[in-house]
Amino acid sequence: MSEVTMDAKITLEQLNVHFGTNHAVKDVTMTMATNSVSAIIGPSGCGKSTVLRSINRMHDLTPSARVSGAILLDGENIYCKECDPVTMRRRVGMVFQKPNPFPAMSIYDNVVAGYKLNGRARRSEMDGIVEQSLQRVSLWDEVKDRLHVNAMQLSGGQQQRLCIARTIAVCPEVILMDEPCSALDPISTLKVEELIDELKEKYTIVIVTHNMQQAARVSDTTAFFYLGELIEMGDTKKIFTNPEKKQTEDYITGRFG
Amino acid sequence: MIFLPPRWNIKRGLNGDFVFKGMTVLFAFSILGILLLMTVAMYRQSLPSLAKTGWSFITAKEWDPVEGNFGALPYIHGSLLSSLLSLALATPLSIATALFITEVTNRRLGSMIAALVELLAAIPSVIYGLWGILVMAPWLQRTVEPFLNDHFGSLPFFSGAPYGVSMLAAVLILMIMIVPIITSITKEVLLAVPDSQREAAIALGATRWEMIRMAVLPYGRSGILGAVILGLGRAIGETMAVTMVIGNTPKISWSLLDPGYTMPSVIANEFAEASSDLHAAALMEIGLILLVITLVINIMARLLLWSVTRTAGGKA
Ligand SMILES: Nc1ncnc2c1ncn2[C@@H]1O[C@H](COP(=O)(O)OP(=O)(O)OP(=O)(O)O)[C@@H](O)[C@H]1O
Ligand SMILES: [Mg+2]
Repeated sequence: MSEVTMDAKITLEQLNVHFGTNHAVKDVTMTMATNSVSAIIGPSGCGKSTVLRSINRMHDLTPSARVSGAILLDGENIYCKECDPVTMRRRVGMVFQKPNPFPAMSIYDNVVAGYKLNGRARRSEMDGIVEQSLQRVSLWDEVKDRLHVNAMQLSGGQQQRLCIARTIAVCPEVILMDEPCSALDPISTLKVEELIDELKEKYTIVIVTHNMQQAARVSDTTAFFYLGELIEMGDTKKIFTNPEKKQTEDYITGRFG
Repeated sequence: MIFLPPRWNIKRGLNGDFVFKGMTVLFAFSILGILLLMTVAMYRQSLPSLAKTGWSFITAKEWDPVEGNFGALPYIHGSLLSSLLSLALATPLSIATALFITEVTNRRLGSMIAALVELLAAIPSVIYGLWGILVMAPWLQRTVEPFLNDHFGSLPFFSGAPYGVSMLAAVLILMIMIVPIITSITKEVLLAVPDSQREAAIALGATRWEMIRMAVLPYGRSGILGAVILGLGRAIGETMAVTMVIGNTPKISWSLLDPGYTMPSVIANEFAEASSDLHAAALMEIGLILLVITLVINIMARLLLWSVTRTAGGKA
């Protein structure tokens, strides 16, 4: 057993993920601290998304996927037999690569979609949650006059911020983001990055990104993956200026990948 | 030098694309043409009846070829009642089956069930009719209808004597016949729902059922509506099986235990022995009404389904 530091929010212990015979994630052990931003970088196909999706048990939906090892959330293994993935996912939210608002719903209904699952949904409470969540993602001013129009009328960047608002509206403790800016223009990207910076006051964030500058800008720690293995993890500044492993250096300087 | 556009390139002859396109356009228009010719022919054949009875054709309740009274309301009533009721029963059943196939079971069992459902659609309707009259109607007469009459006889829907052959029998037969079509189209619609929608719901902490309610069904709603309307079109036009079990009595009744009559059934039953030209024209006019109703229903359904596949293709 690895040591668990005091403020570890998420700990991966010898995580292995197989898709059929494909060993996609190999023996990964790492820790993400509370209220920090951890970036996961690495070349395409190295298993970044697979690691991220195992943190909220998204692989439960994929019949061919097999996960072994442990992932501790506040010290408790989310893969234990008695654990209910549904209640766990309310604590661990996820933002996807492509904005995926619910197209049949209004902006308002999208924001409270997850909140309504709790059953008790009072109108006045929901109004407050919608305003707060949209304020946090700085979308409120842009949409406050048309909360009840269809969410698909928003631009791609606005849709992605709406998806983040939808995620934080259920008050998770952790937010997983899988290349949240890859479908966005530079200005929307900047907005999302600023947002990540603000969000880390309250949330623990894990972000997968292909964009090295983005990882350097937004994250506190960075993990570099290669062919399903965790090659190196550490302080972002250190990884980008003085990495220990040759492979990491080659990747961040663009010599391969 | 003469420059020819590539289409006229001598070496390759006529461009294959051009020929293909021309042929498909030709076929598409010939189908439209046939439809148009049919409508016009039916309209002209029903002119004597149209001229004699006018609008009262669809409001009058009396149908007596010998006396020359032609009121089609009992048939319109029977067609609408039987198809709408069967639709009301078939819709939840079909959606549940489609959800079971796409969202609940694994792929293997799912495609097996889907194949079985599609097999049901391939059974000739006369076989359904035979089964209906030999097996289902007696069973209804012995058990179901007396039960309904005993317990709910005070309602107008379940009053009267149990005959077996009845509106109820037609409704049930139609339900069995339209479940496959609604199910298989709904299944396709659900399969077109992108996984990103399911993941969005699951990541918010939804259970499987909540995911279906929140992401899957709303995304597919207009496609499912299209499937349902297509089922309605099928039910309204169904002739053979309904004719065999509905009892063929041109009487307007709200009781499901009473026999009834539908538009296709009266055409099938009476056309060969139409007693007069006016009788034949009146049957033609019923056919014309049926044609218009089914055309409108089908066009509506196709438009809905088309809008779904278009958005699914565009956004996915
Ligand atoms: N649902 C799945 N079914 C089968 N194999 C999968 C599935 N998801 C991922 N894999 C495999 O797992 C490996 C890692 O994929 P993953 O998506 O985690 O890579 P990634 O690092 O996120 O790549 P990218 O940067 O391109 O998103 C790949 O070999 C991929 O083929
Ligand atoms: Mg990925």
